[in-house]
Amino acid sequence: MMEIGITHYLVVSVVLFSLGVLALTTRRNVVLMLMGIEFMLNAANINLVAFSRYQGLNLHGHVFALFVIVLAAVEAAVALAIVLHIYRMNNTVEADRIADLKE
Amino acid sequence: MTADTLLTLTLIILFLPLFSFALLLAFGKRLPRKGDAIATGLMFLNLGLAVAVLFGVYALPETPAIHGFAQTPIQMNFKWIDFKTTIEVFGNTIPLQIELGLLIDRLVAIMLVVVTLITALVHLFSIGYMHGDPKYHRFFAYLGIFAFSMLGIVVTNNLLMMYAAWELVGLSSYLLIGFWYEKPAPGYAATKAFLMNRVGDIGMWIGIMILFVSYGTFRFDLIFAHIAAGNLPFGSDAWLTAAGILLFMGAIGKSAQFPLHTWLPDAMEGPTPVSALIHAATMVAAGVYLVARTFPLMSGDALLVIASIGTITAFVAATIAIVQNDIKKVLAYSTVSQLGYMILALGVGAFTAGFFHLVTHAMFKACLFLGSGSVIHAMHHGLHKIHDHDTDAQDIRNMGGLAKKMPVTFATFLIATLAISGVPLFSGFLSKDEILAGAWAFGSLQGQLAVLVPYVGFGVAALTAFYMFRLVILTFFGEPKRPDIHQHMHESPATMTIPIIVLASLSIWIFYSFNPFSGPSGWFVTSLPAPTTVTGSNWYPFAHGDLTHGDVTHGDVMPGDVMPGDVTDEAVAQGVEDRTAAVGQGSVVTANPSQEAFEHRVHESHLPAMIASLILALSGIAVAFGVYKRKMIDTDRLVEKTGPLYRFLLNKWYFDEIYEKWVVLPGVHLIARMMHWFDSRIVDGAVNGVATITMLQSRMSGLFDKWVVDGAVNGVAYAAGFFGIVLKKSQTGRIQAYIAFLLAGVVILFYVFR
Repeated sequence: MMEIGITHYLVVSVVLFSLGVLALTTRRNVVLMLMGIEFMLNAANINLVAFSRYQGLNLHGHVFALFVIVLAAVEAAVALAIVLHIYRMNNTVEADRIADLKE
Repeated sequence: MTADTLLTLTLIILFLPLFSFALLLAFGKRLPRKGDAIATGLMFLNLGLAVAVLFGVYALPETPAIHGFAQTPIQMNFKWIDFKTTIEVFGNTIPLQIELGLLIDRLVAIMLVVVTLITALVHLFSIGYMHGDPKYHRFFAYLGIFAFSMLGIVVTNNLLMMYAAWELVGLSSYLLIGFWYEKPAPGYAATKAFLMNRVGDIGMWIGIMILFVSYGTFRFDLIFAHIAAGNLPFGSDAWLTAAGILLFMGAIGKSAQFPLHTWLPDAMEGPTPVSALIHAATMVAAGVYLVARTFPLMSGDALLVIASIGTITAFVAATIAIVQNDIKKVLAYSTVSQLGYMILALGVGAFTAGFFHLVTHAMFKACLFLGSGSVIHAMHHGLHKIHDHDTDAQDIRNMGGLAKKMPVTFATFLIATLAISGVPLFSGFLSKDEILAGAWAFGSLQGQLAVLVPYVGFGVAALTAFYMFRLVILTFFGEPKRPDIHQHMHESPATMTIPIIVLASLSIWIFYSFNPFSGPSGWFVTSLPAPTTVTGSNWYPFAHGDLTHGDVTHGDVMPGDVMPGDVTDEAVAQGVEDRTAAVGQGSVVTANPSQEAFEHRVHESHLPAMIASLILALSGIAVAFGVYKRKMIDTDRLVEKTGPLYRFLLNKWYFDEIYEKWVVLPGVHLIARMMHWFDSRIVDGAVNGVATITMLQSRMSGLFDKWVVDGAVNGVAYAAGFFGIVLKKSQTGRIQAYIAFLLAGVVILFYVFR
């Protein structure tokens, strides 16, 4: 039976990160883009914990992961507040239609 | 006194007036009495030194004659410029250098006394005459520089220094004639004097250069020795004659000889003491002195020219003097005429007579000028009293009857007039008699047209007596023509009368010869024999019997001659000595047969010449008394009858008009045209050229600005705008596009930094 190694974790993390990027770049809905960001953050967490487990033999990675989870929660709270605000101003959450940065 | 003492004294005499000039010019205003006492004191000190030198020179033992000098003169030389190269002069290699130096002989000693005496007395006179003038101290300063320059001419032993002093005299006379430059006439007169002198000086300079190029030296003794040794300039008699005539041109200018005589009467615009100093006694005598100095090198042909010029001058000026009405103009033309006499005397070969007349004339003419100054001073005083500013103070038609008012001036004026007229017991008789004897001898020896010289000489003697007594009678005798001025006139102060008295007493025979009827037996003439000419057979051919042409010629080795080969080793070591020896100086001076024949004839001519001149002078005086005192002839009717001749004389033979028409105006026109050409072509061309170049340059600069500088500025702006437009496209405003770019960037960076 094949032992679960670091490669497996990294593959999962890559898949998860790619999905996150895909969601961030392709979804029109701002909430879904935020979810993409969460995917990417968690992919990074997997990497941190995996590296910590297989290479460092200490808990640095775990601690980092915990910080990332906390920051992600905070980010989600702030971002959702912004999204609500955007919705209230533009009456939509479609990123394409909020092109205020152009010129 | 030793030679060294004499040289030292002479140097002091030369530089004291320069010191006076510098002192008064720098501190004149701040000195007590504006420095006149200091200047006058220095001049009298100078006079004392000059008298000491005179006695010192005469106390020296007799020395043998050298070429061109009757006695070996005392000399001092120093090297001024050494060109550090050598030149070849008549087979001798000599160092090319310019020497300056002093020369003292009896001629110089007498000139020193004459110049310092007149200068000192004129200083004294000026204290009274120039009193109250705003430029009082400057006047004395100018007198100082003049005395320095004049003494420079006298004491030099070379032509270069003489020329320099000559020009300095020209400058100082310019300053003194134009002293009252705020009035137009003195300014013009000063310019005229200066320019006319320049005309003569150019000739003189060419003459000096002919001699320098030939002999490589300016020294008189060396030049004379060369000529005596047969070394003619460029090997030709003609060049020697030319050099003599060109040197004489300087004298024509300075001594106011025909045709350059017109400056002197105009120079009377200067203050009267200046007229006495410069235009009677010293500066105009410089020309005569030059001819006397260079007399030995004058060939017969050159002397003939000199005699002719002198004769013409004496005659022309005497005729003009008859009809002039300005007291100073009469004296001025009289001076020109007497200078003509001196030049005539030197020209005919009567060296001593010419120089003798220079000295006696200096005394009595300075006396006359200062006397006229005294009269003019009194006239000014009288005019001032009656508030008359239009009447001419110098016009003898406004005078008359001054003898009672100004007894001292009258007495001295009369003595000087008797002297110039050639009346016995006065100095002028002695010297004029010498000249006329010389002219007589010349006329009889030369024959042909040369007899005109003594005839004109005698005629001028009569004319001189006539016009001088006309002047005296109109000024001092008879009834005053302007009683209103006359009553306010009075004798001048002592500072003015003392110089006149001194000069008048020096016009008495006793100072020159104890026998009042025999000049040649006096100390003056016997102590100053004519130097033997160095021109040999090029002199007047008087000795027909004794000297056949070609018998004694230049270059023949005489017994006792020191030839170039005999130069001693010690002499060669010193360049200066080398030159002296190399030209054979020290060879025996042999008498010139022609000159001896001339002297002999002069001796024979004395008595007839004396009698003739006496008769003519007395008849001239008698005519003057008859016409102007007794009124035997009505002068007004005479003027009417001889209208054209009178006007011709009154207008001074129209010399000024002729020069104006034929020389000055064409000259001015030519110069004006040249100046116009220069101005329009060269100056304007330069200005316009600069303008054109500036315009061209500015146009190019404009183009550079427009295309390069502006182009760079606009190009940067355009580029910025261009990239702005291009890069603006990427700013879509879509957040996801930015994220896509970001990812693409990360991917690219990943590959770059892998």
